[in-house]
Amino acid sequence: MKKFEYTIKDAIGIHARPAGLLVKEAKNYQSKITIRVNGKSAEATKLMAVMGLGVKCGQTVEVEVEGADEDTALEGVKNFFETNL
Amino acid sequence: MMEFCGKSVYKGIAMGNVLVLKNQDYQIKRIRIENTQEEIKRVQQAGEQAKEQLQKLYDKVVKEVGEANAAIFEVHQMMLEDDDYLEAIHNMILTENVNAEYAVAVTGDNFSKMFSSMDDEYMKARAADVKDISERLVRNLSGQGDTDLSAMGPSVIVADDLSPSETVQMDKEKILGFVTVHGSTNSHTAILARMMNIPALIGVPMNLEEIQTGMMAVVDGFQGKVIFEPSQEVCVETEKKIQEEREKVQLLQNLKGQENITLDGKTVNIYANIGSVSDVGYVLENDAGGIGLFRSEFLYLGKNDFPTEEEQFQAYRQVLQTMASKKVIIRTLDIGADKQVDYFNLGNEDNPALGYRAIRICLKQPDIFKTQLRALLRAAMFGNLSIMYPMIISTDEVKQIYAIVEEVKKELEEQGVPYKVPEQGIMIETPAAVMISEELAKLVDFFSIGTNDLTQYTLAIDRQNEKLDDFYNPHHKAILKMIQIVVESAHKYGKWAGICGELGADAELTETFLRMGVDELSVAPSMILKLRKIIRELDLSIEK
Repeated sequence: MKKFEYTIKDAIGIHARPAGLLVKEAKNYQSKITIRVNGKSAEATKLMAVMGLGVKCGQTVEVEVEGADEDTALEGVKNFFETNL
Repeated sequence: MMEFCGKSVYKGIAMGNVLVLKNQDYQIKRIRIENTQEEIKRVQQAGEQAKEQLQKLYDKVVKEVGEANAAIFEVHQMMLEDDDYLEAIHNMILTENVNAEYAVAVTGDNFSKMFSSMDDEYMKARAADVKDISERLVRNLSGQGDTDLSAMGPSVIVADDLSPSETVQMDKEKILGFVTVHGSTNSHTAILARMMNIPALIGVPMNLEEIQTGMMAVVDGFQGKVIFEPSQEVCVETEKKIQEEREKVQLLQNLKGQENITLDGKTVNIYANIGSVSDVGYVLENDAGGIGLFRSEFLYLGKNDFPTEEEQFQAYRQVLQTMASKKVIIRTLDIGADKQVDYFNLGNEDNPALGYRAIRICLKQPDIFKTQLRALLRAAMFGNLSIMYPMIISTDEVKQIYAIVEEVKKELEEQGVPYKVPEQGIMIETPAAVMISEELAKLVDFFSIGTNDLTQYTLAIDRQNEKLDDFYNPHHKAILKMIQIVVESAHKYGKWAGICGELGADAELTETFLRMGVDELSVAPSMILKLRKIIRELDLSIEK
């Protein structure tokens, strides 16, 4: 299991469109990817659950990756956050 | 005749036959199903069909109003593929042996409730999207497909609420206006109505049972009202207004895209004065070079409590993004005097015009001010923002403002919130500011002369007092001389000076202002093209 933290820079937070793209990205991997914020969590492959976290600009999310391809998954998802959010 | 008031989303006027769109009251029945696998297959087929429909809608909207407005249909497609949503539907069919329509409707309701209960305005509005996709699935399941609106005649659309997909499916040449019982000014429908320049009213308290397809209706977006079965008199009057509108549009066609330039080559910026986010469409339609005065009071008025930073940020961001790279000058709150708000607890004053108002409140109650400044500095990332401070009388006040801006900047920095400090200027609306305008010019980036207050303070005339009408001269030499002084002070220090009071739109003075070297005139959107016409016929090289 691997983890990283990221602070959201996008001014409107994880809104609908980036959430959709994040789901697409997460579906590329076998690993289970979980996003945690403020005591709530959601699987990164589930769009409405991710939107339901209501992550706002300036909040820090913890992303946990667990599975066979966790190294590549972590790198891919981290890269996604850095470029899109 | 039946008349109702509503919130106008787009200012225009239309008259025509009503088309009532009833949410085909999906009286969805719960039916016991034995072959659950077959039901799940039906959901999958309806989903595939929905994705195709959404792709078509997406393509149509991209063509008509651009990619940014079409993104919502891409999101709808993704929502339809959401694992939790689909699983909930499948589970319900499997465990409760219910029909697909029922399972979709209940699941849609649950997910939509999840969004509408969130504390974030943006996410709250997503409830409508979940509802939209669920209704689409139900329609497909029941074999209705998309409501076919392509064959309708020119109509005023009347509905309880319109989903984004219903709005864009219609042939926009045939939509005369929208009138809905529900909807928010931030909904996609409202945004699309503005993009498509269609008069639209939302929040109209009408009873849809009383309104029938084929009735005559007048939609007046200027006055925010709709009249069903208007009298002969109203029809004639409306015809006249529509004709006037058409003439304005003609003027607009001819002058749109033209420069504000005199015959001898002097240019001036003509910006718009507005007081709410919904006026922005009007600004663009009249081809303003920017927004010269955006009164931020609308965020504070008519509320029970102070607007939050987030609420303000969203409003500012929306305006900045809609205006793209054009300048948007937002004036910080100008409450007090004639604009009273209960929760500010300002108390009664003997002389409110000379009282506790505008920047004075902001400096005395910096918490209120800081919230607005935080929202402004954050929003500055999204466009070409300038901040303007009202009612300044001293350089000290400007220095105090800068110190507060500095604090806000530091806080945002520490919290890692992206921000930008934009251009900052002041309103010149007190004789004191005119007299020390040179010193002020060294401190600020620009001046905007508020002629209404400046006239009242200079001539010592209360404009609400009718007895003084004979004494009141808006073209008083004292005022014109003051404007001259302010412009010269600004230019001496390489700053620009504009006029945002009523005098700016006074066609009799346009030439005088241009000769004085005024750099910008900010006027009501409807005056922009009229001024442009005057300016393009002026020749300043001819001495007077």
